[in-house]
Amino acid sequence: MTETPLSHPENREPIAFTQEELGWLPWLEPFPTEQLTERHWAGLVDASRAKSPYFLLLARDPDILQARTKTDKDIFYNTSNGLPRAERELAATAASRSNGCIFCASVHSRFATQYSKRGADVQRLLDEGVEADIDSRWNAIIEASVALTDTPIAFGDEQVGALRAAGLGDPEIVDVINGAAFFNWANRLMLSLGEPTPPAKP
Amino acid sequence: MSTIISDVIDHLAGVQPGSSLDRLRDQRPQAREYAQKSYLALFEPELPGHVTAIERYAVATFVAGLHRQPNVTEFYAASLERLGHPKLTDAIREEIARGSVEGPYGRYPQGPLTIEDSEGPVYQVSTDNRERLGSRLVAALEHAHLLVFHPRDASPAALQRLLDAGWSTTDIVTLSQLVAFLSFQIRVVAGLRVLVGASSRASVDADQTQIFTGVLASGAV
Repeated sequence: MTETPLSHPENREPIAFTQEELGWLPWLEPFPTEQLTERHWAGLVDASRAKSPYFLLLARDPDILQARTKTDKDIFYNTSNGLPRAERELAATAASRSNGCIFCASVHSRFATQYSKRGADVQRLLDEGVEADIDSRWNAIIEASVALTDTPIAFGDEQVGALRAAGLGDPEIVDVINGAAFFNWANRLMLSLGEPTPPAKP
Repeated sequence: MSTIISDVIDHLAGVQPGSSLDRLRDQRPQAREYAQKSYLALFEPELPGHVTAIERYAVATFVAGLHRQPNVTEFYAASLERLGHPKLTDAIREEIARGSVEGPYGRYPQGPLTIEDSEGPVYQVSTDNRERLGSRLVAALEHAHLLVFHPRDASPAALQRLLDAGWSTTDIVTLSQLVAFLSFQIRVVAGLRVLVGASSRASVDADQTQIFTGVLASGAV
């Protein structure tokens, strides 16, 4: 039994970063929906994720998918204390921009815009890259996220100092670390298991 | 190991129970709990499938080594050594030295982002170690290197090389999660270590201020 990756010769991959809604096609066969067991459903966490080829592919190892999803939700959606949602999404976008994940950057730049109402500033990060000069607070969050994304990791006292100077306390800095670190997880799955598709025509 | 270490991130980052960082981590209780459960799902899985413990620890040691985080590397290497394969651990250490570069690099799809393409080496396991490691682990390390340093160069062809080496579709999902999870865990550890360092320096400063104030009060200056 030889398995082969799936290919999508008709797909025209997006060639630039965008806040538009992209699709994603898997390079490996997702788990068949009709064979999902209780353990798989637990792994998917939200039943609606069974519609997504990405989550169905990850459902092949349901236990790690479940733990990953719950880690993700607390880092980004637990709004008690810490960094505002918009800036957690900014950290996710900056990590994705640095790693080059056009798909992840599209989703999280859209969220960053939704929560900050600063679509033009978010777009500059996408267009100009992580060197874009936005304002001292956003620059510090972007730079810290990029330093965390570098391998070897370049995050150090300098980045902590800049975050503190921009008004972030330790709870906010922990959220920057978590948000950027988590996207180093997400980017590697999205980039290596499939490819993005262009925005659906309205 | 899980019976001794209740939270691997705290252990590796040096977060002391009851410290301010400990309390800060508790503000994201599910993130904390499920980061640990992610570690357990990958390193002490209830249903291991076809990915062996040796493969998991060998890849983890390699990935941590590529990040140049010695304490994380030794943590995973200790488990690899415990499984009784000293030559395997030596081979992984040689490959870490061979594969250490700087990322992220890689190419974008042809277009406006092409000017941002940045070239880096395509890593291959050394000829000497190919036999020692076996084709399945060789393919896993080469894929792990791609994911660590230049994930945007990933392709169906890269997955084909894993399939050819005996990794099933499900095994590849596990391997990808393993490398991707470590990319997260290592960054949280590195980030928190910086904060632990910053807060311990702050408390040393505070102690010294207190000593100085005490000295002033004693009239010794």
